Amino acid sequence: MSTDIQNYISDFDRLKNDDWFANSRQSALNLFKDTGFPNSRLENWKYTDVRPIKKKSFSNVTEAAVSVSTEEINTIRFDGLDCIEVVFINGVFSKEHSSLDDLDNGLVVENMLDALSNDQDLLAKHLTKYADDKVSPFTALNTAFIQNGTFINVSANTVIEKPINILYLAKDSNGSLATHPRNLIVMGEGSEATVIESYIGLDDANYFTNAVTEVALSSSAILKHYKIQQESLNAYHIGNLNVMQGKDSKFESHSISLGGALVRNDIHGQLAAEGAEIIMNGLYMTGDKQHVDNHTRVDHLKPHTLSTENYRGVLNGKSRAVFNGKVIVHKDAQKIEAHQNNANLLLSDDAEIDTKPELEIYADDVKCTHGATVGQLDQNMLFYLRSRAIDEETARSLLTYAFADELISNINFAPIRNRLERLVIGQLPDAALIREFTNE
Amino acid sequence: MLNIQDLHAKIGNKEILKGLNLSVNAGEVHAIMGPNGSGKSTLANVLAGRNGYDVTKGTVEYEGKDLLELAPEERAWAGVFLAFQYPVEIPGVNNVYLLKAAVNAVRKYRGQTELDAVEFLGLIKEKMKIVKMKEDLLNRSVNEGFSGGEKKRNEIFQMSVLEPKLAILDETDSGLDIDALKIVSEGVNSLRNEERSIILVTHYQRLLDYIKPDHVHVLSNGKIIKSGGPDLALELEEKGYDWIKEEAA
Ligand SMILES: Nc1ncnc2c1ncn2[C@@H]1O[C@H](COP(=O)(O)OP(=O)(O)OP(=O)(O)O)[C@@H](O)[C@H]1O
Ligand SMILES: [Mg+2]
Repeated sequence: MSTDIQNYISDFDRLKNDDWFANSRQSALNLFKDTGFPNSRLENWKYTDVRPIKKKSFSNVTEAAVSVSTEEINTIRFDGLDCIEVVFINGVFSKEHSSLDDLDNGLVVENMLDALSNDQDLLAKHLTKYADDKVSPFTALNTAFIQNGTFINVSANTVIEKPINILYLAKDSNGSLATHPRNLIVMGEGSEATVIESYIGLDDANYFTNAVTEVALSSSAILKHYKIQQESLNAYHIGNLNVMQGKDSKFESHSISLGGALVRNDIHGQLAAEGAEIIMNGLYMTGDKQHVDNHTRVDHLKPHTLSTENYRGVLNGKSRAVFNGKVIVHKDAQKIEAHQNNANLLLSDDAEIDTKPELEIYADDVKCTHGATVGQLDQNMLFYLRSRAIDEETARSLLTYAFADELISNINFAPIRNRLERLVIGQLPDAALIREFTNE
Repeated sequence: MLNIQDLHAKIGNKEILKGLNLSVNAGEVHAIMGPNGSGKSTLANVLAGRNGYDVTKGTVEYEGKDLLELAPEERAWAGVFLAFQYPVEIPGVNNVYLLKAAVNAVRKYRGQTELDAVEFLGLIKEKMKIVKMKEDLLNRSVNEGFSGGEKKRNEIFQMSVLEPKLAILDETDSGLDIDALKIVSEGVNSLRNEERSIILVTHYQRLLDYIKPDHVHVLSNGKIIKSGGPDLALELEEKGYDWIKEEAA
């Protein structure tokens, strides 16, 4: 056992670990003790060095209760959008800011801690079943601390119109806070819902978010999932999304990564029955010395399954991004379709991207495509705009925006699309000008 | 208005313009004809400020200013407009937004107040009629998925909205059907006045039936080798370029 995890062990010792899930937490911690943090000798972590996380003594103990005002939260809400809201401040559920009363029939949304006592049967069936502690030490670490997070259960044939908006907010975290949010979304047969997970830093503190989300989709269930990562530019964020899909189910993932100093997003989709479909869209925009790593993996386990992946990156400054998209077509998973694309725009000479599609195909009747591009702004387009009286800076921003917007404009839910478009514009050098350009 | 003297321009190591002289007064229409690859688009690009060209010798004076010193957008602000031979498609950038930004950038430069949405729409509506621009093209991304002719028409539409002082039309007539050619020509003619100069690059006399030029020039191998009146275009149509090349040699 290495000493650099002592802080987590101390945290664990302080944890009230006396419910039915206690043994699971303990074995997850033991596993984490054995493996420690991943190092870059591991293929899966080759391009992302997590030593900055390891070196710091993060702890989930928060001294004073931090208060966030409603006004503050309003600034990050989707304007005009009626949502079911679950709010966490520094990793702790905030009943005050959440709106979980009067939920539709057939819908459960609660803090994980409440779910552990209220919905033991469902949790025993699903929790830890899709995110594998053995695959990532960060997942094991998260499992050891399962307490706060969001549990969602949508009963069979229930359609939830209102999006469920989960906000993980960090504020005044003293530069040493670790949180381990754990989410579980269980979608019954033929159910439908939209879930937004946002991770937002309200100041520029250094903290560590280690989030895990598990999703189970029964046959014909549809889940649209948005992840908006806007952590503080000094924060570390590790996020792991794991999806198990039943027959004819459809999972749509939109992952937008804007913040964080060191970020790793993992998505693992398992198409475990015929007709299952997964869509993975991702956008990462990086600057300064940000490091953002997106790893995705899809297992086509059964015939007639479909995966479509589209990731785009805009890199500026001395930032570095990693894209690794793995598609595994298992034996006998015939007549599947898997399409993958990763396009990157490098806005500075010092930015760097490592992009790697990985296809492992063990069936013979499949349709797979993949492509990756890395480029600069198109000189012909730039000249065209400038010859039309648009100054160079605006022209560059505009073309950058257009590149990123290819992904966002596909989102057919207007409040989310508009919000994301504004967020993306906000990342660009000439935000005000671009806004003028698009706001009419 | 425009005075080009002894212009030499290179791309890489290849010299393309080799001592070109051309003078255009306010209110004049000049046609430039010439064989493929002679440097017509290069001239247009150098005037509009595309980078990648090294001007090794010569001067270009526009309204008393050294045009070559200006950035492409500064030239546009000052009233230079190039209708491209091959307009580029720009996915994700809306045609109308671009036009509005362009119009207001020019107005700002001229010290005029910027147009608001309503005023701009009024302007657009009026100009759309002139070039019979289809409304659905307006709200699409710039040139994306436009047919060849639609792209050319869009260039002329932009020109009529921006009302430049010096318009350079690089083979705007190529790829247009007969009706479109008429419409585009009317669009150009409607812009003709004593303050505005137009340079038409074309291969076909036909365009000059609609837009009567004051002067016709032959550009060959990087130089203007012959200039004349409208009759020169007719003569070229009949006899081709060889006789002039011989004459010039
Ligand atoms: N980027 C480039 N690199 C190398 N050579 C170039 C480049 N662009 C143009 N040229 C060359 O410069 C010469 C002049 O080209 P230009 O496009 O100006 O001709 P043009 O007179 O407009 O011809 P056309 O009538 O076919 O449009 C041609 O020989 C062309 O191949
Ligand atoms: Mg040409």
